[in-house]
Formats: sequence, structure tokens, C-alpha cells
Amino acid sequence: MSILLIVFLPLLAAIIAGLGNRQLGNLAARSVTTGALIIACALSWPIFIQFLNGSAEATVVPVLKWVQSGTMSFDWALRVDALTAVMLVVVTTVSALVHLYSWGYMDEDPDQPRFFAYLSLFTFAMLMLVTADNLVQMFFGWEGVGLASYLLIGFWFRKPSANAAAIKAFVVNRVGDLGFMLGIFGTFLVFGTVSIPEILAAAPGMAGSTIGFLGYRFDTMTVLCILLFIGAMGKSAQLGLHTWLPDAMEGPTPVSALIHAATMVTAGVFMVCRLSPMFETSETAMAFVAVIGAATCFFAATIGCTQWDIKRVIAYSTCSQLGYMFFAAGVGAYGAAMFHLFTHAFFKALLFLGAGSVIHAMHHEQDMRFYGNLRKHIPITFWTMTAGTLAITGVGIAGFVGFAGFYSKDAIIEAAFGAGTSVGQFAFWMGIFAALMTSFYSWRLVFLTFFGEARWAGSEHIQHAVHHEHEDPSEEAGHDNHVENPVGTAGYHPHESPWVMLLPLVVLSLGAVFAGFVFHHSFISEGTGEFWRGALVFHEHLIDAMHEVPTWVKWSPFTVMAIGFVIAWYGYIRNTSFPAAAAEQLGPIYTFVYRKWMFDELYHYLFVVPAFWFGRLFWKQGDVGLIDRFGPNGAAWVVARGSTYAQKVQSGYLYSYALVMLLGLVGAISWVIAG
Amino acid sequence: MGGFPILSVMLLVPLAAGLACLFMDAKSARMLALFATLVDLALGAVLWANFDIGGAQWQFTERAELFPGFSYALGIDGIALLLIMLSVFLMPICIGASWRSIDKRVGEYMGAFLLMETLMIGVFAAQDLFLFYIFFEAGLIPMYLIIGVWGGADRIYASYKFFLYTLLGSVLMLIAMLWMVNTAGTTDIPTLMAYDFDPQAQTWLWLAFFASFAVKMPMWPVHTWLPDAHVQAPTAGSVILAGVLLKMGGYGFIRFSLPMFPEASVQFGPLIWGLSMAAVVLTSLIALVQHDMKKLIAYSSVAHMAIVTIGLFAFNAQGLEGSMMVMLSHGLVSGALFLCVGIIYDRLHTREIDRYGGLSINMPRYALFFMLFTMASVGLPGTSGFVGEFLSLAGIYQVSTWTTLVCATGIILGAAYMLYLYRRVAFGDQKNADAAAMADLDARELLMVVPLGLAVLWMGVYPESFLAPMRADIAALEARLARAAPEGDSRLAMAKEKPAQEEHAAHEGAH
Repeated sequence: MSILLIVFLPLLAAIIAGLGNRQLGNLAARSVTTGALIIACALSWPIFIQFLNGSAEATVVPVLKWVQSGTMSFDWALRVDALTAVMLVVVTTVSALVHLYSWGYMDEDPDQPRFFAYLSLFTFAMLMLVTADNLVQMFFGWEGVGLASYLLIGFWFRKPSANAAAIKAFVVNRVGDLGFMLGIFGTFLVFGTVSIPEILAAAPGMAGSTIGFLGYRFDTMTVLCILLFIGAMGKSAQLGLHTWLPDAMEGPTPVSALIHAATMVTAGVFMVCRLSPMFETSETAMAFVAVIGAATCFFAATIGCTQWDIKRVIAYSTCSQLGYMFFAAGVGAYGAAMFHLFTHAFFKALLFLGAGSVIHAMHHEQDMRFYGNLRKHIPITFWTMTAGTLAITGVGIAGFVGFAGFYSKDAIIEAAFGAGTSVGQFAFWMGIFAALMTSFYSWRLVFLTFFGEARWAGSEHIQHAVHHEHEDPSEEAGHDNHVENPVGTAGYHPHESPWVMLLPLVVLSLGAVFAGFVFHHSFISEGTGEFWRGALVFHEHLIDAMHEVPTWVKWSPFTVMAIGFVIAWYGYIRNTSFPAAAAEQLGPIYTFVYRKWMFDELYHYLFVVPAFWFGRLFWKQGDVGLIDRFGPNGAAWVVARGSTYAQKVQSGYLYSYALVMLLGLVGAISWVIAG
Repeated sequence: MGGFPILSVMLLVPLAAGLACLFMDAKSARMLALFATLVDLALGAVLWANFDIGGAQWQFTERAELFPGFSYALGIDGIALLLIMLSVFLMPICIGASWRSIDKRVGEYMGAFLLMETLMIGVFAAQDLFLFYIFFEAGLIPMYLIIGVWGGADRIYASYKFFLYTLLGSVLMLIAMLWMVNTAGTTDIPTLMAYDFDPQAQTWLWLAFFASFAVKMPMWPVHTWLPDAHVQAPTAGSVILAGVLLKMGGYGFIRFSLPMFPEASVQFGPLIWGLSMAAVVLTSLIALVQHDMKKLIAYSSVAHMAIVTIGLFAFNAQGLEGSMMVMLSHGLVSGALFLCVGIIYDRLHTREIDRYGGLSINMPRYALFFMLFTMASVGLPGTSGFVGEFLSLAGIYQVSTWTTLVCATGIILGAAYMLYLYRRVAFGDQKNADAAAMADLDARELLMVVPLGLAVLWMGVYPESFLAPMRADIAALEARLARAAPEGDSRLAMAKEKPAQEEHAAHEGAH
């Protein structure tokens, strides 16, 4: 079975590269892991195509027994259906390209085998997640990708900021995992099984029942779905549990593309779609999903508009796009959610890898204020990133043709409107506002990076590079004048990245351009039920409603996209003093948004500081000050006062303790037996 | 096994070798100790291979009536088998850990360790109440000596504290045992496990046993001896203390308190839940602020043991099997973590976390194993830590959702303090030259950590090997508890208007 190879080859490659480490050398580690991923990718596409043309059936390949305890049992098994097939191609394709890209990006890193081993390990865990046939294996994949994410964020482990970000990612994710775990327990309690197909089959029968939780009684399916969704919120960085994602940008850029854009962070969306028959049974849970998604999509987009770090802009963009997917799921358009997941994987991986190429060219400078005018120096990066930007902003002509994001994002916005509920209305308006901002921050990124004047001279990284590369003192003296004035090239010559980095960019830009056009019939049209075949809930009536939305709704995404483009063009090309003036005008609102709605500060004072404070309190005042003082030390004091003999004992004659105890024991037993 | 007294042989081999060690020079004492523990490991493997899963509850039984009311009776069920396997597996590793770090009075040291092995196996194999008591209490003596003679600077205070705590418990337990024997008229443990004590009397008996087991466990708030004992004990002492001695409390609950006093156990369930909740939250927070590696891991042990107690007092199969798996996993993982501390302590002679840093650079192999054990400690699925934690929490969820919620915060706090520890030791820059100069694991150390690592993964990926032997015993215990088991607060109530809804659904389906 090819699925076994797809899933376990990356694991094998990770073990070889990881344990071989320095003995094996860079080239071997790279080749083994990348080769494994290319094979996995080559095996995944045929599966996907079989599902596309309707010639494949859902299958489950058992692997190994895992746990059986009382009536609870779950095994290792690989499930392949249409939903899994979509994820398989997304995961293996992006992962293979990212592996290849890393050949160039990580070329100078001394620790490459470890890096490639982590990447492959991540891919294995992600594949285990998407092929799970029971909730616990999904949880295994869930935490496995969390581990890989932790290791990769902290890959440059000498950097304190990278370490902090890695721990934050793991711990915040664990908050979500707590919800997931409770959800699994509750599901087992209610259904008596953790097998996903069995749960989904039984879920409709539980509608209307109630369950006890924390001393109160709630609607069963609402509690279960919300608990499970809390897990999805953690993994997919939704409002409240999103704080780890921007910090995760501390990791190497290929990691951000693979894990924090295309695959891992979409696991939450995948989970909701996989369990869609469950969510369908609770209107409250659905509304909860939709509201959280819509709020996240809006909130993250506002922050994206204000950030200067190129990776952080894309990170908040990811957060926002994930919000779209969730509110699509929340209004019942699971097909649209999965479609956006699919197209987003290509164009967002493209944007991240493009950003990596820019960072590579600009000698590790990530601040867009020090970019500018790069389109002439790194033209392939520029054109591929433009393709990605056209895709994410959803450029296209309604009813005719467009880039990838045009099909998927417009479908989501129309579905939200077409759902005809008040939650749907809320999501629709949030989505429209976010689309405006998406267009703005995406074009802002492009204009700041590739257009205008070169502002490289202000960058320490560039200065550093220049001073290292050009030892000629006369040349150096000329550049020192520019330090004060941020405008200028400082004599730096950015180079286009090597072909191993450009090839993935080109392949992904093909995806960004064509993925929507080619696949939208399969994912979100009439008769798409044929494709999904029950792998998720598919509402035919929602497709009809999408087609029947008023014309202004159909054109509104295009309109706001155009407005966003114009504002970005005005602010960053036409009149470059406008953004600063606007920020000044907005004052505290700007600061609030720029500082990411103060979530980090809030959590720091709400959780981190008290945890350490209480830790010290319980230790010094509790254990030492109370328990020890009145417990053993108190007893010692009494004993010491009581008799001089005890004092002697206390000062260390351990043998006598043993003897006394043994004698006492023997005496007691003889007494009993004699009596 | 054709009547071969394998359990007695397993008791005898380390005892004899231990006595011989007392009269030997350092080098031959080490060799003999290693040999004896390996023989016991091999015997353990034979024991496991011949254990008939689904056969009689008590296997490999031996019985010799010494005098009325006291017999030398041995025998094991699946629960005891697994704990014996844990003990004999950890023992050679302990000897290996002491190979170079112990250089004074080596003969006596090895003698103490071998004696402890005998006593530990005895605890799990004893079928006579008083025989159990002897093994159970005498097990402290060698531990005590190990801390008191070969321990750190504050060893006297630590061993004294250890003694004081355990003394109180054992006295009460002995009195309770005497009463039980007088009432039931037998010292045979299997018979007592089926004997129905008067529910009124159960309350007092349960409390007396609780006093002893809670200290051994240790449960909050009688846990404060553990951090001190661990900090002062030599590495191997910590390994065996965390690995096996802490399991005696859990074994006591599962062998005595639950089957012998089911009504009292259920009655005191909320007490156990409350103490466990306190333990998870308080000791995890305390672990977060520790500067001493061993203290940190010791506090984390208290939090993990609380997961054992909630599993036991969930009174269902998932909880009971989960708590057994936590005990086995914690035996491996905390043992391995103390070993990891010992490995770098041997090089730098400090447990101060801040004295290390950046060890991934000069000790990559060490960093790999330390990461594996850290992940197992935080309960990452695929490692041993997950299976037990998951089952225990799944068990208690059926009884008390509040307890589940509070105890499950342990997975967040656990991740926080363990990753914080790992970061300070293995990540960051090499800020201390002496720590940066430390050599990576040598062959001897690899021989110790590799088996532990493999066992951790085995237990995580295919726990069936460990669940199968105890399945019947747990089922029997669950059946015994069934008459008293409480109804959970999470129970399901079906919708009242269900027929109407179904009709509606059918109606929709017809469209």
C-alpha cells in the first residue's frame, strides 16, 4: 500500500538523518530526507487524482494495535478518503518543495542534518494526523507536529528569543490540547468509542441530550464540539490562543512556510471538517466556530497592516486567512473551507518562501523599512511573490477567471452571506473588512520591498555585510556617510537566490495561479458531493445560495480588494509620508494595534508572572514555611527537647534507626503470634 | 515452570551476592553486583515469558508454613509481574550509574543496593500480610543507608526526614494489619482481598493504610521528604527511589486499600481527588521556580504520582490501567531523568541549573536522550508518558470532571517547567567554560540510557505488551469495586422529546 510508504518514509528519513547526524554529513542527510519526501509526494498525487475522477473508495489500512483498556480501544491505522487525499497532496507537495528550498536557504548552517531530520519528522507527524481513523491518533499527530514545531522554532537554540518562542508555542498549544483531550474523554463517555467513523455515525442521535460538566448540565454535542474546537483554536492560532504564531517566526523561514503557513496551522480546520457531522448537530458550537473565525480574520488583519517585519506581516496574514476557513466551516461551507486551505497552502507557502528569498538576498534583514527597489535585483523572487499576492488578495473577474484565492475566498464570503443567519451576516462583514485589509497589507509588503527607493543603508545587517565583504577602506569610507540617511544602497548588491530556492517558488506560483481555476469544480460546485463522498458534510443548498447572492455581494470582494490596492499604492508609492501621518492621526488606536492588541502584555501579567510568584509562595511559605516547620522539623524539635538520646539518634546514627525499627517489628509480630 | 521456585531464586541471588559484596574489594564488588543484577534481569525475562496471560490469577506460587499465622508465601499476578520487571530492569542501570561515582566503601554500597533489590521484589511477590510488611518496611533501611552514608552534604537531615515521615505511617499500618488478621483469621493476601470487612471498620483500616501509602506515594502534603531525599541521594539512589520505591505506595493502594476496603475507598475518593488536584497544581508551580535540577524533577514526580492516585480512585478499568501505566512509565522516565542529571553532575559536581547551558553543542547525544525523556515526562503521545496519563484522566473524567480539568492542567504546567529546564540546560549559549568542555556520553552511559529510551518508546507505541498481563487482574478489581463505585457527575441524559425528533429527522431524510 502506497499510503504506508507515504507516511513512514519521512519517519525513516528523519531517523537516518537525525541519528546519522555528523557522521553522515550534510549531503547525505539532505538527499535522504528530500528524496523520501519527493517519493511521498509522487505517491500522493495519484491518490488525489483517483478521488478527483471518482475511481477511489475510502480505505483504512491497519498498522498496529495501540491501546485497549476496558471498553476503550484504539489502534494505529491509516485512513484515506477524499479529505485525507487533499491533505496528503498539500502536505507532501509543500514539504518536498520546502526540503528542496532549504538546500539553498540553509546552505551555510553548520547543523543541517538536524534541520532536515526535524523537517521530515514534522511531515511524518502531520501525515499521521491527517490519516487518523480515531481521535487519539489524531491527537498523536497533533502533539507530534507540536513537538516538531517546537524543535524547529528553537532550531537556532543559541538565540534566547528563539528559545522563548519555542516554549511559548508548545505551552500555548498545550492549552488548546487540554481542551482537545477533555473533548476526547467526553466523546468516549458519550459514544463509548473514539473511532471517528463510529462517532460521526452516532452523533446525530445524540442531538438534544445533555451531559454533566463541571457541576452543570449542558447540551452534549455543544460541550463536546466546543472542547474539541479549543484544540483547533490552539493549533490554528485563533483569537485568544494565537499569541504563539507571530513569535514562531523566530524559526528559519522554510519552517514558517511549511509549518506555520501551509500545513500544521491548518490542522484545526481539517479537524473541524473531519468532524463536521458532529459539529452539524450543535448550532451553538457552529456559531461559536464562525464567530471566533470571523473575529480572528478581522483582528489579525488589522495587526498585519501595521507590522514592519516581513515575516510577521505574513504570519498575521496566515492567522487571518485561517479565520476565513473557520467561519466558512462555522456557516456549514466545509467544502469552501477545505478549498481555501488547499489554495492558501500554495500561495502562503509561496509568500513565505519568497520572503525567505528576500531575507536571503538582504543578508538576514527582515525589517521592510530597510528594503525598497528590490524588483530589479531579484526579479524572479519579485514575479513569484507578485503571483502570490495576486492570489491572496483574490484578483479575478466574477464568473470568469481568477487567481487561486479569488475562487476560494470569494466562495467563503458568499457562503457566509448565503447562509442567511445573523452569524453568517457578522462573518460576511468581518470577511469583507478583512479582505480590504488583506489587499492593503499584501500590496504594502510588495511596494515596501520591491518598489520605491532603496533604503538599505539604515540596516545594521546590510552595514555588517558590506563591511565584511568589502575590505577596501576607501570604499567603506564612502558608505559611512549614508548611515545617518537611511536612503541608499550602502554599496550592497543583493543577489538572486540559487535555483534550488527559485524552483520551489516557481512551482508554487503555478499553484497560486492555477489551483483555484483547475480545482474549484471539484471542491465547491454542484455535484461536489461526488468528490467528498461523505468525507465531510456537504450542503448542496449552500452552493445554490452562493450562486443566488445579490450582485453587489458577488462584486464586493473585488471592490474592497481594489480599494486596498489603491490605498497601498497611494501610501507607499505615491505619497510616502501619508502612512506616518495616518498613524499619527490615529494615535492610541494605532499603538494598540501595532502592539498586537496588547495580548502579550496581558498574558504576561495574567499568567506568567503569577505562575512564578505562586510557585515561590507555595515553595517557601507552603512547603518550607508551613509543612516542614510544623511537620518533621517540629517533630524533631519536640524529640530533641524530649530526650538526649533522641538527640544522639538525630545526629546520625542511622544504623540504630534500622535496628530499632526491625526489633520493634519482630517484637510486634511475636506478640501477635504468641497472643 | 515445573515447580522451579523462580521467585525465591530471584530473591536469593541478589541477597547472596549482596552479602558477598560486603567482604570484597571495590572492583570485584562492582563486577559481582552487575552480574547478580543481570542474572535477576534474565530471570525476570524468563518470568515474563512464562507468565500465562489469561491463566490463573496467581502464578509461580510458593508456600511454606513457617509457624501459625506467618508463612513464607510468594506468588504474582500481572500487576506484580510488571512492577518486578521494572525493578529488575532498573537495577543493572543503577549499578552502572554508580560504577565510577562511588569510590568509598564500595562493597557496602553494592551490598545495600543488592539487599534493596531483594526487598523490592519481595514486596511485589509477597502473599503473606506480614511477609509483605517486612519487605515493605525493611526496604527503607538500605535506602536510608544509601542516602545517609553516600549522600550529599545535608544527607543526615534528609534521611532523618525520610525516616520520620515513613515511621508514622508504618506504625498505623501495622496496627491495622494486626486487627485484620485477628478478624479475618488469615494472613493470606489473596484471601483477604476477597474478604468483606464491615464497612464501619473499613473506614479506620483504610485510614491506617492510607497513612502509610500516602507518605510512600508521596501525596501532597506529606511529600516534603521527597525533594530532600532526592537532592541528597547519590544518582543511583535517586533512580531507584523514584523508579521503584515510589511505586510501593501505588502498589499498596491497588493491592490493599481498593480490593480490601472498597466501600471506604469510594467514601474517601473525594479526599484523594482533592489532594491530587492540590498536588498537581501546587507542586507543578513549585517545580517551575526551582534552581536545583534534582529538586525540580522530584517535585515533578509528586505531580505525576497525583495522576496515579486519581486513576486509582476513578474505580474503572481505564483509570486503574492508566495509573499502572503511569507508575511504569514514571519509573522509567524519572529514573532516566535522574540519570541524566547524574551524568552531568559527575562531570561538573553541581546540580545548579544555571551552571549549565548550551549542552546541545558539546553533548549532542546527551541532548537527544534528555529531550526524549523530557518529552516522555510531559506525556507526548508516542512515548510511555502519554498512555498512562491519557487513560488515567479518561478514567477520572467518567467520575469527576472537575478533578479531570484541574489535574489536566498538569499537561500545561508540566510542559512549562520541563521545557524551561531543558532550555536552561541544553539550549542557549555556552556561558560557562567548564560546562562547555564536558565530554559527550561515553559507552557506559550509552549502555544505560539507550535501553531506557527504547523502553520508553516501546511502552508508548505498543503498550499492549504491558496492558495484556494485567488486564484480567484489573478487570477483577473493577468488578470488586463495582458494587460501591460512584455515579459520575458527567453522566449522559438522553433528550426527552427524542421520538419526535427522530420522526422529524426521518421526515427530512425522506425529502
